[in-house]
Amino acid sequence: MMSGAAVLTKNFDRTDLFRIDTYLETGGYAALRKALTGMTPAAVAAEVKAASLRGRGGAGFPAGTKWGFVPQAAGTPRYLCVNADEGEPGTFKDRFILAHTPHLMIEGIILTCYAVGIETAYVYIRGEYEMIARRLEAALEEARARGFLGPNILGTDFSAEIHVHRGAGSYICGEETALLESLEGKRGLPRLKPPFPASVGLFGRPTVINNVETLANVPGIVQNGAAWFLDQGRPKDGGTRLFCVSGPVVRPGIYELPVGAPLRELIFTHAGGLKDGKTLKAVIPGGLSAPLLKAGEIDVPLSTEGIAAAGSMLGSAGVIVIDETTRIIDLLVLVAKFYSHESCGQCTPCRIGTAWINKIVGRISAGSGRPADLDEILRLAENIKGRTLCPLGDAAALPILAIVRKFRAELEQGMK
Amino acid sequence: MSREFPPALVEGIARLAGRYPAKQAALLPVLHLVQNELGHITMDDERSVAGILGIPAMSVHEVVSFYSMFRRAPIGRYHLQVCTNVSCALAGGGRLVEHLKSKLGIKLGETTPDGKFTLTGVECLGACEQAPCLMVNFDYHGNLDSAGLDALLEGLP
Repeated sequence: MMSGAAVLTKNFDRTDLFRIDTYLETGGYAALRKALTGMTPAAVAAEVKAASLRGRGGAGFPAGTKWGFVPQAAGTPRYLCVNADEGEPGTFKDRFILAHTPHLMIEGIILTCYAVGIETAYVYIRGEYEMIARRLEAALEEARARGFLGPNILGTDFSAEIHVHRGAGSYICGEETALLESLEGKRGLPRLKPPFPASVGLFGRPTVINNVETLANVPGIVQNGAAWFLDQGRPKDGGTRLFCVSGPVVRPGIYELPVGAPLRELIFTHAGGLKDGKTLKAVIPGGLSAPLLKAGEIDVPLSTEGIAAAGSMLGSAGVIVIDETTRIIDLLVLVAKFYSHESCGQCTPCRIGTAWINKIVGRISAGSGRPADLDEILRLAENIKGRTLCPLGDAAALPILAIVRKFRAELEQGMK
Repeated sequence: MSREFPPALVEGIARLAGRYPAKQAALLPVLHLVQNELGHITMDDERSVAGILGIPAMSVHEVVSFYSMFRRAPIGRYHLQVCTNVSCALAGGGRLVEHLKSKLGIKLGETTPDGKFTLTGVECLGACEQAPCLMVNFDYHGNLDSAGLDALLEGLP
């Protein structure tokens, strides 16, 4: 783990930061004390809104604005669901936070509950993170024992409880409404929106859904202020991001950098460039759903708007590096197979489209493809895009469109 | 095959159900608990869970059949789940799968005749910095090549 700007990871040299005593020594729970003893809930919410904290889960929606959608007049209960499903291929930052500094997220959850008037939070953690879920349970127990969690927190009349809820192996459950269905004990089938979860969410009640890293940023904002947070990043996109670099680079791993840091610098300076003197072929900048960028397209800033301007998305900040030795058809096979497998089947364009594309891609991979197959893939992907209840349709269509359009010549090589 | 839930399991289920305003919401945690205790989830287990939570058996069946981590048949003592997604594939994940298949003499989804290993190909495990990676039961192992994998398997009693 290396950092160009250490905010979330600033005390990561303390290998036992996951213990509450170490977290307290490094200034932990000071933001919670500050909020509960000197700030109104509205003041906490206003600070986070002013900080332009964009969601770190994929969509990049400003968290403070999202909190503002919860209708206070609708009364209680309201719920907070923490998205720790982390299923986007190429993403592993939430695992890092949960393993190294669970109390940072817990403090962020409690502050969010205070700001929005919530008493119950559920952490939806992917089923494979069993060992991390156990560590999180232990951290919650520590927080309860010290009076940071449970009834009458720090002697005030504010109470909050956090439960850990394990998923069971389903990519779609990272989508917020599928996550709600899954939390209610059902299949993870996304809901039609509107109504949005802010008004009709978990158990039909107003609900906030935030990513682990998003919440881990809240204590810093409350403690140091919105201006400090904005200073770390961009005017409409504050703070740092935990970039996950994987693929054939010298030093794969997590790098905390200011929002807006150059993508080229992340790959060639922080991650050490490509292994064995290989040449860069392409980069997937924001998890597998993000359209890939060719080697010549990587001089872009790592911000929500910067990557969007390059025709892709920052998404979950999962940066997958691809070198010249990877055949593009092999990448296309993996992408097509994944989305075909993970489509929940609810919307016809996605269910049929992803399966059909997967079949055609398999044929091309086996050596019996024709140029017309590529047009067929483009037609199918265009027919999935924008025609599904949830973003999985676009998540499947956009990377496939980008691969076929940007590497068509390579895909056509050897075709009859 | 019908089997009675041990009292501790029934108590565990009741405790989980208490965390939610609606009992069905406890279903995923409850099914994890049942699977951890009993190894896999049978149709009878589904009916037992439905009875305890007071929900239709079909609601339990729908969920068991939707999520990839719930097992409806016994597996080996060590469940080897190899990531086959992009970051691991770029780092030789496919070679790991082929190595395991030939070493264990089984295909993906199968268990060795001695009941020691079950081999499964899975999607991204969220450990791409350690690619290629796999899980042995609930433990992650990364940066593996064939020799490292052999050493890992030989260390399992």
